[in-house]
Amino acid sequence: MLFQEGPAQTTGYMIFGYIIIFGTMAVYLFSLFNRWRNLVKDEEVLREFEEE
Amino acid sequence: MPTKPTALKVLDWASILLLAAATYMVFFFAPMERIMGNVQRVFYFHVATGWVGFLSFFVAVIAGIAFLRSRDLKWDTVGLAAVELGLMFSFINIVTGSIWARPIWNTWWTWDPRLVTATVMELIYFAYLMLRQGIENPVRRARFGAVYAILGFVSVPISYFSIRIWRTIHPVVIGSGDPEALGSFDMTGDMRLTFFFSLFAFTVIFVDLFWNRIRLGQYFEKINQLKMKAMV
Repeated sequence: MLFQEGPAQTTGYMIFGYIIIFGTMAVYLFSLFNRWRNLVKDEEVLREFEEE
Repeated sequence: MPTKPTALKVLDWASILLLAAATYMVFFFAPMERIMGNVQRVFYFHVATGWVGFLSFFVAVIAGIAFLRSRDLKWDTVGLAAVELGLMFSFINIVTGSIWARPIWNTWWTWDPRLVTATVMELIYFAYLMLRQGIENPVRRARFGAVYAILGFVSVPISYFSIRIWRTIHPVVIGSGDPEALGSFDMTGDMRLTFFFSLFAFTVIFVDLFWNRIRLGQYFEKINQLKMKAMV
């Protein structure tokens, strides 16, 4: 990079980095949502079981 | 199903708006770094996720100490939530660092003190989850988890100070670093503003996710109690 004239062409790496950042957070959010939904289903089954 | 508190709903929206604003600043407000080019923009969220990763593990220590003092299992839920978030944010920090390193250091990975200590820290806390999986008794699991979270925290200051006390090629953002560091740069005013705004945004996002994760843990405990009651 010592003799380069303009900024290095690194846009692809930036895009890759932000895909990782937003992708990881999206997966985590989905995991939270999914675990919550499963607990709601469990609660419904348990309530039905209790009523019987 | 527990209803979501209004304050948490407000915090959810604030987090989304702050993330959107920080993203806008990274791409449209902060100038392009004149040598590294666009990959330098990864730095803003790379440091911010590293910061909240450290913060999460510190919160896990507080929760661990609180559990050992009170023996109240609610602190175990808090500690687990903190470690889980710390792992997620530290993972982003390590992977984005590697992506930045590829064009700047010409390698995805090098055995540099910061990279090694950060990865060891991540593995230590990953082992925390594995340790918990292996213990059935909740009180015993919480006790082991608390002690492990406190002892594991030793890896956090080692990782933080690694670039300040050992010879390294990793740049130091705040304070002076090794002159052999590759990829150092001086921040302009707009870069500094984007940097601190990203730190603030991710701190708020951490608080929001942490609160949501604690609620999930509490709900999980409630369902477990219902299951135990149904089995009797």
